[in-house]
Amino acid sequence: MGFLTRLLLLTSLVLAVTAAGLLAPGQSFGVSPAIAAGGKTLRMAYDADPVSLDPHEQLSGATLQMSHLLFDPLLRFDTEMKLQPRLATRWEQIDERTTRFYLRPGVKFHSGRELTANDVVWTLNRLKRSPDFKALFEPFEGARVIDNLTVDLITKKPYPLVLNLATYIFPMDQAFYSGEDERGEAKDAIVKHGASFASTHVSGTGPFMVVKREQGVKLVLKRFDDYWDKQSPGNVQRIVFTPIREPATRVAALLAGDVDFIAPVPPGDLDRLRAADCCDLITMESTRILTFELNQDRVPAFKDKRVRLAVNYAINREGIVAKIMRGFATPAGQLSPDGYAGHDPALTPRYDLAKAKDLMREAGYEDGFSITMIAPNNRYAGDYRIAQAVAAMLAKINIKVDLQAMPKAQYWQRFDAREGDMLMIGWQSDTQDSANLFEFLAMTPDPKTGYGQYNAGDYSNPEVDKLTLESQTVIDSEARAELLQRVEHILYDDGAMVPLQWQHLSWGARKGVDIGAVLNQLGMPYLGDLVIE
Amino acid sequence: MDAARHAAVFVIQRLLQALGVMLVILVIAFAIRSSLGDPVRELTGQAASESERTALRHELGLDRSWPAQLLDYLKGAAQGDLGTSYIYKRPTVAVILDKFPASFELVLAASLIVAVLALPGGIAAAVRPRSWTAKLILSVSVLGVSVPVFLTGILLISLFSVLLGWLPAFGRGEVVSIGGWETSFLSLDGLAHLLLPALTLSSIMLPLFVRLIRSAMLDELGRDYIRTARAKGLKPPRIWLRHGLRNAMLPIVAQGALQFGNLLAFTILTETVFQWPGMGFLFLEAVTRADIPLITTYLVAVGAIFVIANTIADLLSLALDPRVTFSEADA
Repeated sequence: MGFLTRLLLLTSLVLAVTAAGLLAPGQSFGVSPAIAAGGKTLRMAYDADPVSLDPHEQLSGATLQMSHLLFDPLLRFDTEMKLQPRLATRWEQIDERTTRFYLRPGVKFHSGRELTANDVVWTLNRLKRSPDFKALFEPFEGARVIDNLTVDLITKKPYPLVLNLATYIFPMDQAFYSGEDERGEAKDAIVKHGASFASTHVSGTGPFMVVKREQGVKLVLKRFDDYWDKQSPGNVQRIVFTPIREPATRVAALLAGDVDFIAPVPPGDLDRLRAADCCDLITMESTRILTFELNQDRVPAFKDKRVRLAVNYAINREGIVAKIMRGFATPAGQLSPDGYAGHDPALTPRYDLAKAKDLMREAGYEDGFSITMIAPNNRYAGDYRIAQAVAAMLAKINIKVDLQAMPKAQYWQRFDAREGDMLMIGWQSDTQDSANLFEFLAMTPDPKTGYGQYNAGDYSNPEVDKLTLESQTVIDSEARAELLQRVEHILYDDGAMVPLQWQHLSWGARKGVDIGAVLNQLGMPYLGDLVIE
Repeated sequence: MDAARHAAVFVIQRLLQALGVMLVILVIAFAIRSSLGDPVRELTGQAASESERTALRHELGLDRSWPAQLLDYLKGAAQGDLGTSYIYKRPTVAVILDKFPASFELVLAASLIVAVLALPGGIAAAVRPRSWTAKLILSVSVLGVSVPVFLTGILLISLFSVLLGWLPAFGRGEVVSIGGWETSFLSLDGLAHLLLPALTLSSIMLPLFVRLIRSAMLDELGRDYIRTARAKGLKPPRIWLRHGLRNAMLPIVAQGALQFGNLLAFTILTETVFQWPGMGFLFLEAVTRADIPLITTYLVAVGAIFVIANTIADLLSLALDPRVTFSEADA
């Protein structure tokens, strides 16, 4: 045997022994049976983990998802988007500015204390202090304790969305968060960029308690023994939450059985997951509208309604949904998703290339013009590719687009400075209501009131402003819906912006993990009620 | 002059150099700060008002000019404070030190794989340069560089985790803590989690070292003393290993130390694919969320690692090569 052969043999032998040692037959590491008998453990992977345990630090989907695990709201939207009593068992309108909530008796915080009306008042006051939540709670004057288990929420003016906002009130344990921590800082301080007591300590009334938290690596929760909801079918005793940032790895981890539940599923892997025997794929229309804004300050042509309509007619939204999103979005012709008061099914997406060309000719822009377009490339599903497709479609009506895509960390600076002729934005209404969409995206920008903060196109129609403001104090839901639908009609007829699609949500779960029963359009699974076979 | 003193002077010189390098890195990092993205945007919800954002920006000192921010940073640094991470809410140095063992062990494991595979591979390709084995080794190793690391990782996961179910797809698994250092090497679960990322990372360096060892060996094997040894009737393996390899080791070891530093700095992709909780992953996270203090400290830390790796490489060559002395290195 030559030396060379021996060398090769020896190397392969070493490798084989190492491999055999690690991969001894029948053994598989880290791939423990998906669901152990007895206390059910849910191993889940999202793209990121919460930055803080403080429910009032940042108004974001991640924070709210966490809040539903560690805390409980007064009421919540169920899987059908109907309001469901939680810590409040019932409520009633006392006068046009006051809503009375009756709290559930015997609800315990993780600290062992019982929930009282004082905790609710304290929590509302803290919300009104939070830089992120204060705008949402601006219509509220405050809350008043009536007795131990009765609390009044009082608004400055009659306000139609009191109940929607009550879904954001997750009572915190006043005694637990009062006083000073060992560094001499107030325990209830809301600190956005540094350590605070509330960002690392929790006492809520939620179904789960934090056992261990290693930020960016792992969050371990266990079921709260004294959780008030004994009716809940939920049988998850432990949650191991791991962020997996890379979509392909997240899907692989689910397929390999390393985790039981993932979100979001990247569009490219939907078919694969749907076909997999091991797993279920669940998708749902979200309430997030993805739209382009047409910057009238920078492009004189966009001041012309006919040009704005031409842009709207030139874009094949069905095509984008089918080709780029693989059906994983709903083409949109308006801002309000189905189910919102302002939604009008008659406002269907436009697409008519001939008409678009006619409109351009009528407006005197038959030869077109050049514009810049900005879009993020890591913020919304398919964002960059959608922008590319829109740019290509606009070329057909002789609008030459210079597309600049950038990561979200850089994007918002550009967007805030209105540095683009067409600007992409996605918006989800925090109030689950159309008025919020109009206030931020469609009303005339006004730095003093904050309205039109994201109306980068500088579209302005006094009628839209008037109707939206009017809707804020109309309690009668039918009258209010009519107002909001009128706004949608005006925006549609004006071609105010270019709504593209409502994006979809996606979850993947191992078979036997009945995730479908606890999901809703808001993207906040109620894992306290999750049943694992 | 005695060698110890020379060595001390050499190390001190290197330390001064390191400080210079870090200062340059800092100046650049601060000058490009504003284009790294807006941390205030990342820290506030979308609906937060502009006045809230302005207040926060002021609180963070981000509304000041970059030289003023740099000066503040240096003042803090003199007192051992390199800033607090926005997302981790802890001192940046502590955050990075926490992640260091994971990256270091990943690089160590990858280096071991490179050493185990590249040495025999490189030698084999050198002693029979025209054989099919040599050609096979070279072409397989080329595959390693031509496939992007990212894809290598995904392919390995698809094969070993999804298809075969042998190895976990992500994370570090169970680690054993020894005096604050969390190691993957002492538990089977830890090793199983380490294998795929280490293989992936090694795929970048493997081809380089196979070629390096091959050319260094070819160089030595063509020399007169090898011919003499052959003429004396020594057996080929003895000639290759005791004579050829020993002399060929010098450039290989020097490169090895250099590349070790390189690997540590460039684990970003591998760590992202495998959700490996190391420094590379941390850096990407910091960039995505515009955590400017963390980005700054990371860059400084990587600068330090490079200088240290370079110094060790130089010291190794000095120790190995009797022809080079410290006084020559000084000159």
